[in-house]
Amino acid sequence: MDPVIETTNLTKRYGAQVAVNRLSLEVAEGEIFGFLGPNGAGKTTTILMLLGLSEPSAGTARVCGIDPTREPVRVKRLVGYLPENVGFYEDMTGFDNLKYVTRLNGLQEGVARARIEAALERVGLVDERRKRVGAYSKGMRQRLGIAEVLIKEPRVVFLDEPTMGLDPDGTQRMLEMIQLLSRDHGITVFFSSHLLDQVQRISDRVGIMLKGSLVAVGPIQELAQRSLGVGHERYTLEEIYMRYFRQSEPAGVTR
Amino acid sequence: MRGLVAVYRKELEDHFSSTRFTILLTVILMISLIMAFMTGSALKRELEGFAKPSLVFLLLFTVTGALFSLVQFVAFFGPLIGLVLGFDAISRERAARTLPKLVAQPIYRDAIINGKFLAAMTTVSVMLAGILLLISGLGLWVLGVVPGWEEVGRLAVYLITSIFYIGFWLGLAILFSVVFRSMATSALAVLALWIFLAFFVPMGASLIADSVAPVPSDPGSDVSAVLSNEQVKRVVSYVSPIALYTDATSVILDPMRKTTRSLILMGPLERLSLSRFQNPLPLGESALVVAPHLILLMAITFVCFGICYACFMRQEIRSS
Repeated sequence: MDPVIETTNLTKRYGAQVAVNRLSLEVAEGEIFGFLGPNGAGKTTTILMLLGLSEPSAGTARVCGIDPTREPVRVKRLVGYLPENVGFYEDMTGFDNLKYVTRLNGLQEGVARARIEAALERVGLVDERRKRVGAYSKGMRQRLGIAEVLIKEPRVVFLDEPTMGLDPDGTQRMLEMIQLLSRDHGITVFFSSHLLDQVQRISDRVGIMLKGSLVAVGPIQELAQRSLGVGHERYTLEEIYMRYFRQSEPAGVTR
Repeated sequence: MRGLVAVYRKELEDHFSSTRFTILLTVILMISLIMAFMTGSALKRELEGFAKPSLVFLLLFTVTGALFSLVQFVAFFGPLIGLVLGFDAISRERAARTLPKLVAQPIYRDAIINGKFLAAMTTVSVMLAGILLLISGLGLWVLGVVPGWEEVGRLAVYLITSIFYIGFWLGLAILFSVVFRSMATSALAVLALWIFLAFFVPMGASLIADSVAPVPSDPGSDVSAVLSNEQVKRVVSYVSPIALYTDATSVILDPMRKTTRSLILMGPLERLSLSRFQNPLPLGESALVVAPHLILLMAITFVCFGICYACFMRQEIRSS
């Protein structure tokens, strides 16, 4: 089966600075892929290129078999995107915000209403739908963001730092919802984060980005064996991550 | 196409339900009603005794009453309507972080900017058309003069010209909202440009004219110097679309005006022909006199929006 997301030598340069360096990656259908890396590693840039919102300097990308650079609208029809710190129209209600998205997606009034109701139910915002988004808490906003992604009924979703700024309870709900997307809806989830334990908890596979380059990719267990050696019964993603992180730093800077 | 319709619909709803629009409309309505009433009653007094006044109706819009005429008012403050409606078109989406989400929807990117521009243009058109109709109604009531087709036609041309004129300022405001990240900066920048074009260009025009083609202390002695001074002043002042618009509409709304110039060199024959043919121009002829002005106004509106469009399409969308 063809991978849902596939990139070959994907590169993005801003002037002399290389934001993403020859990224080659494959994500299979239905997978939860955790995209790890410190801030500024090129995670968001990669996602923007996969959505066709940013043009790669070199290399190619394919999402659902479509080149997002050439046919961005076709890709965006199949793909949901939750940006980092997603924003809403504050003066409009949660329901109206979602309605605008259904209109942008060209959904019929009847279909749109049904999907909005279903999505609100899914994220637990049914009682708050008539409230202005300005009065929403951070967790509620993030859930509204997930609802916005759900009403498109996408094949792939890109979530950029979906748990950033959430309290432990909100984080837990968000992680459950991400798992739900994959399990109940069969959606491929590509999510970026710098919070390691969360990624470890829900990802099928992870990729580690450092300074624009993908330094490791695979199931967590495999990465543990590769970087820490066999024999480690207990490991955390953090140990693996720090191992790669230290390797990438010039010698002498870190111990 | 459906993206454009969706954006257009949402923006239009936003405009008509916004406090900003309500305030703007109230202020403009108040001022124009007061002006129309004042000029209307003044005209009525003057017209007492005339059996069948002709072309009175247009005077309602052009006569300078206690303060200024409606035409002058639109020329001067019309830009503010465009600026207020457009200065945060894109920067607001950026500040609210809704832009990355919006461009990730399956619509072409230009649908966003086209939808916003068209929605604001519709708002402007509704506003202006409403004001013109209201003043016409008031005029009918106060003066009791029914406008003929000729006058209605002139008003229609005036309306379209004004929409394009405000459209230019709207395009300018949206351009600034694309270029500047912060709403306050874009508002200030566009306001500064308006002040420059409205106040400094006319002042600069006379300054430049006086230095390039100085008028001798006794103006009667050298007519050509006066004329060339006037010419330089005109050319320089056309840097500002406000001058362009004022000249165009003053001819469109006044059938007795046959040129946009304020100073005409006249020989005895011209004087003779002028006294013989003291007839109003038909609308087509008036439009012909200011055709370059009208075309230029539309052109700068399109060019301004075109630049804005190009800037928006080339801009990198970053979430932060």
